[in-house]
Amino acid sequence: MRLTCPLCGERDRREFYYYGSEDYLNRPAPDAPPQAWDDHLHNRDNPAGVTRDLWYHDMGCSSWLVVTRNTVTHEIHAVELVADRKGGAA
Amino acid sequence: MPDLIAKSPLAGHAPLARAGTTLAEGAAGPITSIAPYPGRKPQVDAALASLGLSFPEPNTVVTQGAARLLWTGREMAFLIGAEAPLALADHAALTDQTDGWALLTLSGPMAEAALMRPVPLDLRLSAFPVGRTTRTPLNHMQAILTRTAPDAFEVMVFRSMARTAWAELAEALEVLEARAKAI
Repeated sequence: MRLTCPLCGERDRREFYYYGSEDYLNRPAPDAPPQAWDDHLHNRDNPAGVTRDLWYHDMGCSSWLVVTRNTVTHEIHAVELVADRKGGAA
Repeated sequence: MPDLIAKSPLAGHAPLARAGTTLAEGAAGPITSIAPYPGRKPQVDAALASLGLSFPEPNTVVTQGAARLLWTGREMAFLIGAEAPLALADHAALTDQTDGWALLTLSGPMAEAALMRPVPLDLRLSAFPVGRTTRTPLNHMQAILTRTAPDAFEVMVFRSMARTAWAELAEALEVLEARAKAI
């Protein structure tokens, strides 16, 4: 498995650390109901198909990445910098 | 306070020559990490202009005389061989890392082949040209790898890993020499 880091280029999987679902980026408002926080913290889909998750380029440029990939075909559709999202880089 | 004796990270390791290729410790001089504050790239470039440098694009080195600026990560570069201009402190987070890193040099015809063992990258000249620098693992160690000439590389690792990095590269050279003799 190889990921194409937007900064470093195509790199081996061993350079990256898997963090989990993209859900972690979508934090509920502080006054959101408990159900929203329960979903945010604990409830995850387990799709057969396209999924989006967070990876950290820990042996490379130290960027957080959102990877869109297919769990059935193992295709990597997109790799984006979290910092490029609106409000991503403070 | 008595004068303390400064030792380089690999003090006591004489240059090792195998297969026509030499592994040696290099002297980096002062190292300062530069992390520009958000939106301050123009001011950072203006402050660096006093050294004849500009903030490097990803995976590149900007050189002016003895001073070099290595890209070392997202919005991070290392200034090596020169002190950081004072004006820079207003626009970027500066950290003195001089004693935190060990610098190893590998030069000779087998340098590329030796490094391709512990590094999971295509290091052929066509894919990794002179002046390219990158963050990459050297086996389990986080390293900064720079090509300084067609047959020469610099490897920087955390000071605490200096002797491990030396051992890994020395082993690669030993194996390559043994194979050259066996053919």
